[in-house]
Amino acid sequence: MHYVSEILPSLLSGAWMTIKIFFWTLIASIPLGILASLGLTSRIAPLRWILKFYVWLMRGTPLLLQLIFVFYGLPIIGVIFQRYDAALFAFILNYTAYFAEIFRGGFQAIDQGQYESARVLRLTRGQTLRKIVIPQVIKIVVPSIGNETINLIKDSSLVYVIGLGDLLRAGNVATARDVTLLPLVLVGVIYLLMTAVATFVLRKVEQHYQAWR
Amino acid sequence: MLELKNIKKQFGGRTILDNFNMQVPDDQITAIVGPSGAGKTTLLRCISGLEKTNSGSFILDGKTFDPANNRDNDNVIGVVFQDFQLFPNLTVLDNITLAPQLVLKQSKTEAEKRAQELIDQLNLTGKESLYPYQLSGGQKQRVAIVRALAMNPKILCYDEPTSALDPDLRQTVENIILGLKKDNMTQIVVTHDMQFAENIADQIVRVEPIKA
Repeated sequence: MHYVSEILPSLLSGAWMTIKIFFWTLIASIPLGILASLGLTSRIAPLRWILKFYVWLMRGTPLLLQLIFVFYGLPIIGVIFQRYDAALFAFILNYTAYFAEIFRGGFQAIDQGQYESARVLRLTRGQTLRKIVIPQVIKIVVPSIGNETINLIKDSSLVYVIGLGDLLRAGNVATARDVTLLPLVLVGVIYLLMTAVATFVLRKVEQHYQAWR
Repeated sequence: MLELKNIKKQFGGRTILDNFNMQVPDDQITAIVGPSGAGKTTLLRCISGLEKTNSGSFILDGKTFDPANNRDNDNVIGVVFQDFQLFPNLTVLDNITLAPQLVLKQSKTEAEKRAQELIDQLNLTGKESLYPYQLSGGQKQRVAIVRALAMNPKILCYDEPTSALDPDLRQTVENIILGLKKDNMTQIVVTHDMQFAENIADQIVRVEPIKA
């Protein structure tokens, strides 16, 4: 018990890093994903091609490679990121691509008649999206977004490769130093707690959208 | 009065409407009938601005107007779709008051007051806070009618108002449409149901398929 209280502060500070990366990636990627999905279904062909290529690139290569590329690769051509910024940059780019695909599916599930119905009521395109289409899309995509959200908590551990002190790294360091399994077990428990909280929040969001069908 | 002159509409080389003329007198019910595929719905979509015509003109009370480009003018055409297309994420009341608030810039109280009158008139009292999935087909249709009326249209259009309903509800729809006529609403009803058209219409316009 004494040992646990000794290593807990470093684990918690690692967990704080994990939470920061998780939070900012989510906050940025979801709106960016909505925008990108609108682009993916846009009538402007070049915009569609660029975004398709971007999605293909981000989903087709490992996130680990993208992290290494941004932090260790880009400085070679003069683009230098701090560790934390590099991590956020890579995560946001990667997750935006996944969210864009999820939202694209959601937008395509909306009946064309909903747009026409809004149009004869003379709502603008923006009003139609905000008040009618996006709420329906969100209801459709919440389960998939939830999946990615849980993934993101765990994926954030990849940042250890660029030397950021996240939860996994904190546990790893303690285990290597003290030759005990306990830190890694604690790391597992903390991840489980974080995913449990995320699962709970997601269930609440799903319930909120169950008021209508 | 709405007048359609020499309307031509093509879809990918296929002519749906050619030199089509029609007059929609004020305060009357005009039924558009014809076999399926003849272009009845296309005609309605042109009138409501959902499709652009290839040529021809629309004249409303002596003034030309383009339904497809009518965003800034007065509200002219209301539409009740065959499948109603209520917004599933909004309650009955919000379905009705959304556009009057956003488009006509009515206050919430103002919009709700007017909505309530129409709700009561169309026998939807008590359904205000329900979501569309909780309504029967006939109720959904009445909500769709109220939603269109709340925008104070000059003309109200229906696409196949009897087709999505149980046969015994036909009479109810007739009563609603005839009731609105008493309130001096100009109405256009697209239907393949000849009997229904004869029961309600002041004039019947036939749309025939164009032989290629």
